[in-house]
Amino acid sequence: MSLVFLIFIPILAALFIPLLFKRLGQIHTGWFVLLVPAALFLYYATRLPSVMEGGTYVSELSWIPSLDIAFIAYLDGLSLLFTLLITGIGALVVLYSIFYLDKHREQLHNFYVYLLIFMSAMLGVVQSDHLITLYLFWELTSISSFLLIAYWYTRDRSRFGALKSMMITVFGGLMMLGGFVLLSIMGGTYSIRELIAQAPELAQHDFFIWALVLVLLGAFTKSAQFPFYIWLPDAMEAPTPVSAYLHSATMVKAGIYLVARLTPVFALSEVWMWLVAGVGLFTMVWASFFALKQKDLKGILAFSTVSQLGLIMSLLGVAAAAYHVEGAADTYLKYAAFAAIFHLINHATFKGSLFMIAGIIDHETGTRDIRKLGGLMSLMPVSFTVALIGSLSMAGLPPFNGFLSKEMFLTAMLSLQEFNMFSMDVWWVLFPIIAWIGSVFTFIYSLYFVFHTFAGKHQPEQLPKQAHEAPIGMLISPVFLAALVVMIFFIPNLIGDWLVKPAVAAIQPFLYDSPQNVDIHVSAWHGFNTELFMTLGIFAIGGLMFWTLRKWQHLYDLYPDSISLNRLYDEMMLLSDGGANRFSRIYMTGFIRSYLVYMFSFMSFIVLLTLFLNEAFQIDFNNLAPIGVYEIVILLALVGATLTILGSKSRLTAIIALGAVGYSVALLFVIFRAPDLALTQLVIETISVALFLLAFYHLPQISRKEERMKFRFGNALVALGVGVTMTLVALSAHSQKAMPSISEFYKETVYKEAGGGNIVNVILVDYRGFDTLFEIAVLGIAGIGIITMIRLRLTKKEGQHENK
Amino acid sequence: MRTNDVMLQTATKVVTFIILMFAVHIFFAGHYTPGGGFVGGLLTASAIVLLMLAFDIPTIKKILPINYVVLTAVGLLIAIATASASIFFDVPFFTHAYDYFDLPLFGETSLHSALLFDIGVYLVVVGVTMTIIQTIGEDE
Repeated sequence: MSLVFLIFIPILAALFIPLLFKRLGQIHTGWFVLLVPAALFLYYATRLPSVMEGGTYVSELSWIPSLDIAFIAYLDGLSLLFTLLITGIGALVVLYSIFYLDKHREQLHNFYVYLLIFMSAMLGVVQSDHLITLYLFWELTSISSFLLIAYWYTRDRSRFGALKSMMITVFGGLMMLGGFVLLSIMGGTYSIRELIAQAPELAQHDFFIWALVLVLLGAFTKSAQFPFYIWLPDAMEAPTPVSAYLHSATMVKAGIYLVARLTPVFALSEVWMWLVAGVGLFTMVWASFFALKQKDLKGILAFSTVSQLGLIMSLLGVAAAAYHVEGAADTYLKYAAFAAIFHLINHATFKGSLFMIAGIIDHETGTRDIRKLGGLMSLMPVSFTVALIGSLSMAGLPPFNGFLSKEMFLTAMLSLQEFNMFSMDVWWVLFPIIAWIGSVFTFIYSLYFVFHTFAGKHQPEQLPKQAHEAPIGMLISPVFLAALVVMIFFIPNLIGDWLVKPAVAAIQPFLYDSPQNVDIHVSAWHGFNTELFMTLGIFAIGGLMFWTLRKWQHLYDLYPDSISLNRLYDEMMLLSDGGANRFSRIYMTGFIRSYLVYMFSFMSFIVLLTLFLNEAFQIDFNNLAPIGVYEIVILLALVGATLTILGSKSRLTAIIALGAVGYSVALLFVIFRAPDLALTQLVIETISVALFLLAFYHLPQISRKEERMKFRFGNALVALGVGVTMTLVALSAHSQKAMPSISEFYKETVYKEAGGGNIVNVILVDYRGFDTLFEIAVLGIAGIGIITMIRLRLTKKEGQHENK
Repeated sequence: MRTNDVMLQTATKVVTFIILMFAVHIFFAGHYTPGGGFVGGLLTASAIVLLMLAFDIPTIKKILPINYVVLTAVGLLIAIATASASIFFDVPFFTHAYDYFDLPLFGETSLHSALLFDIGVYLVVVGVTMTIIQTIGEDE
């Protein structure tokens, strides 16, 4: 089967969801949806053995050949790992959602359609080898994320969060597109593989640094890195399955994926290493610090996700160092890339289970406010066990997988002492220190999450619902993930061989020929070294600080809200919204006559200016047809009718005179032997007079009085300007033939190639058929506009608000 | 005061059909002689407007129970379908095709895919014109 078609399977499945929901509503729609990711997961898993050996798959579907745009599915270690995460976690999340979302009360058809669109988009992001289609899928993930966050669209906070995530990630996406275009200009190709092949030449290019920064903006906004992370906490308004899936396991890791994928292209740059490692590490410590300020369970998890993403990002930054050292495969620098991918897998398992537990608590107690929760340990024993496993893994305790990758993270940070370029020999020491501080806070918030929810005193009076254990179906997915958390601790090298090493080989292709060459062995115990002492320090200091948390947590309240990044975002939105409003109110008067004045004056100004600048004024009275009696008579009638409009007292007279103007023009067409124009003009005049008469009733009150229009100098000037412009254009156009007339071309081809006889009509339907197509579309839109304006008049009703 | 419009009504009954026939003629003639979907559509619309002026809107609505919004949509669909049909023959979007056929009754006739597109234009023009006039006319 062709790989590239598999990407579209979820989106095709989405087409059937509304039907299944309507027809088979008694069966939860999720059961049908579950088949899609589960089947895809199994299929992709069969590719593992050969990818493990270093094999790759390519499959191409041409889309716009003239622009060299194609869907190219490229499956190597890195993309296969992400693909398995997307389909695997996807299946678990869909299973969880079946019990989380009620089939009677929720709009399941919307939910699963969005979710399946997201799945396709995400598969597209991680498998595309073509930069443009990668961008396309990238934006599709932003859009489906927007729809999913706003799933409960009657809530104000949901819409706010959806818009915020959309604004920030789409901003980043557009920047990234700019970076992609620069890359394709530099390399002359859209293919990532071909760009990687010419990485050393690219680094010399002037655009290189711009492309790098722009691409990183895309990655940082998507992966919620500082200072763009602010959208992620607000995205927690989404239903919990969505938070677990998009905002912790997959979509936010698209930025990580992009950085990993493009590491071979950019890693030669000093800026890349400093930006990725620096921003990542700063995000890690910043978010772990502020996680303790949160009162909402999902808020804590959101900040923790931001922090963990920062951790992985910083590891990828350090992994770039290996490109600068001869024989890096034999030094400690080799650990960074491995640690990044390993932690990514681990994070997906423990964070996924924690999110699901947060959802369960919300579902079964009715609140996520950690101040109201407590003492749930005995009421929800299974949830507690899962939460404990997830949290302790996140904190970096054995015997859970988080311990292994956290140790390796410290190893990677310490390995920077072997690296002495880019002034790292001076600054390297900062990296392990900041990493250590971040880890201490990670330890504290992990314990804060689990113990302030499950331990302590139970306060049933604070809870909207009687707390009890979740139904078994809801527990399957988190328990499964928690089991993985423990299992990976005992079989890390199996995971390493199957999943991590192929991905590492894709990130550092210059270092390793095949995944087997990645010489890293994970072990829980590796003697008394610096990492172990750092970890012990984390446990000691973190434990102590957690013990005294209640004494110092209120210090967070001292941090003023007025200088936060959220405030900056709000102000910017208000400013752009209000500013645009104020600006358009300056010139949007609501009267068509004002707009006509703008249009006509700009038109004559631009045309006259162009004529003047190009010195195109030329008047030549040769070659003119003789003026006949008919023309003179018609012109007199035309001018007379026009003057009647200006001088008329009643509007009715004006309308009739206007009709007379139109008919005179039609007669002129007849005399100049343009039957098509004459015919059309005649019918149009007839219908517009009828329309005018119909609309008569609706015209503004003031002018219904019998009075002559006042003379307005400005309007007279504009009218004169338009007249002069048209006259000059007509005369100049006649007097000089800069290029041969196109009518000859039409005359020659109209019968031979277009198979018609009437040039005017063939132009309309064939030569310029596109114009006609759009014109009739505009006509249709105008019709709809008039219906909405008149029939569905928007009246302001009291007490009606979108927030139910 | 009720005006006596017997003459207008009587004349309209005949004239409308003449205009409609002429509209059809103009529409089909368009490819070789003056005319086409746009003018044909406008003429048809003007015939219906004449009916509405001579009688009144509710009566005409009863005689011609057409939803003009749907008519517009159908026209747009026909137009876009004609334009995109060429994709399936592996030629660029909007490539027209034509040939000459020997049809019974008509003799040698040229059939052109542009005519299909023109039907779309015709329907949209009738639909939109009538939508606008009807909407404004019914509104009090």
